[in-house]
Amino acid sequence: MTALLPPRPAAPDRPVGGRLIDQFEYGLDAPICLTWELTYACNLACAHCLSSSGRRDPNELSTAEAEAVIDELQRMQVFYVNVGGGEPTVRPDFWHLLDYAIGHDVGVKFSTNGIKLDKTRAAQLARTDYVDVQISLDGATAEVNDRVRGTGSYATAVRALENLAEAGMKDFKVSVVVTRENAGQLDEFKALTDSFGAQLRITRLRPSGRGADVWDELHPTMAQQKDLYNWLLANGDGVLTGDSFFHLSAFGEALPGLNLCGAGRVVCLIDPVGDVYACPFAIHENFLAGNVRDEGGFQRVWQSSELFADLRNPQTGGACTKCAHFDACRGGCMAAKFFTGLPLDGPDPECVQGYGESALAARDLELVTPRSHIDHSHSGPVRGQPTLLGIPSIPAKICDESPLAGLQLS
Amino acid sequence: MRRLLSDAGSDDGTPVTTAVSPAGVAFDPAGPWQRARSVALRPEPFGALVYHFGNRKLSFLKSKTLVAVVEALAEHPSASATLVACGVTEAQRPAYEKALADLARSQMIERRTDA
Repeated sequence: MTALLPPRPAAPDRPVGGRLIDQFEYGLDAPICLTWELTYACNLACAHCLSSSGRRDPNELSTAEAEAVIDELQRMQVFYVNVGGGEPTVRPDFWHLLDYAIGHDVGVKFSTNGIKLDKTRAAQLARTDYVDVQISLDGATAEVNDRVRGTGSYATAVRALENLAEAGMKDFKVSVVVTRENAGQLDEFKALTDSFGAQLRITRLRPSGRGADVWDELHPTMAQQKDLYNWLLANGDGVLTGDSFFHLSAFGEALPGLNLCGAGRVVCLIDPVGDVYACPFAIHENFLAGNVRDEGGFQRVWQSSELFADLRNPQTGGACTKCAHFDACRGGCMAAKFFTGLPLDGPDPECVQGYGESALAARDLELVTPRSHIDHSHSGPVRGQPTLLGIPSIPAKICDESPLAGLQLS
Repeated sequence: MRRLLSDAGSDDGTPVTTAVSPAGVAFDPAGPWQRARSVALRPEPFGALVYHFGNRKLSFLKSKTLVAVVEALAEHPSASATLVACGVTEAQRPAYEKALADLARSQMIERRTDA
């Protein structure tokens, strides 16, 4: 593998004491938590899917292999995992793996579009300690949501929320990816969430997976970023963010949470076939650290991969380190830079000081932005598929090499 | 990161410095304490990560001495005696007592009833 980051001087030794954020830059013996996508299969075809999910991968981890991963997480004292997909609940052994994890001191928070959360499952979840559920919703109204997530997906999510609330489930979440189309609905999201006794979680849109195809169109404008920042300062205490908006801290006041890229340092991703990536938004071979099926399993990947060792250094060079706001935003999101073709030691494409816009404008016109070779998107039309990209055309010819065939990129 | 020796974490997977649960008890250094029974401690290069299986709070112990103190609490008649046994100097005492008070408030340590 080629070096991921620009050459840097030898890393200084880990400091003793000081701020936690400085310690985290050097990595931990085990992740604080990790994301585990159980399947690439999904009933939906969201326009911005970070993992380009749709079809099940035949090489998916078996039930026994998934149990072995849970055993390992227990040994490493990873106290909980964020489970996602694809749509994790379409795995037939999903409920078994949930019980298995809880029985082995690995708590689970899973993300779902709600398709399987009928009254019976909702009641089961409400009875189970140590499980968190988050229902994905990307519009506070069906109109806004379904354009991105597909026709009927709002109704499915709301039905799941109703079932959870009725079953007496506590602390479930409504999980929103903030886009240009829903950024003006934050108060409505909060009201909707409150009406179910749930908690709101909002996260940042990344140009990852199919998100790369719609990022130009969907990422919040600079004015919306400023509004979001002010909204988070006013409402942040009651709203979860997965600490994903730390790039907004460069507006001035630091947002609550970890203002640092945790990729390979305190978080990572295990994908459905057991590949370990630096973060859920970085499904690309450049960020692939190993596979849980390799000798030594997940622990060896986490503790010994060259890629992760490379990421566990403070950034000491590059344009951003000279910026007055560097300590606030730490250069932003690695995946956002990578998939927009920006250098990893330069500004985030959504840099709130405006350096990202200049960097995007200065890109070589010939530049082909990196694309993941991992794509499980449905190959044919999907019922109720999102209308964001316009009325679906006849699928491109099978001999067309590019997955972007026929797509008009501005 | 405002706290000196320990930081509370969010349930969102990433560490924050939000207020800890108000459900814990006031910390009395003269009393007998122990790591809470539902708390697991994971050693890390800078100290340790502590996790409460009941309230799902995550905290960080930011020095190895603090880790040693938390682990040794159960073997000593009081928190103060534990600090002395672990070699915490007079000058460091207030910082450690504050860290222990934070941990008591977030239920990471609990009062022993055996003494």
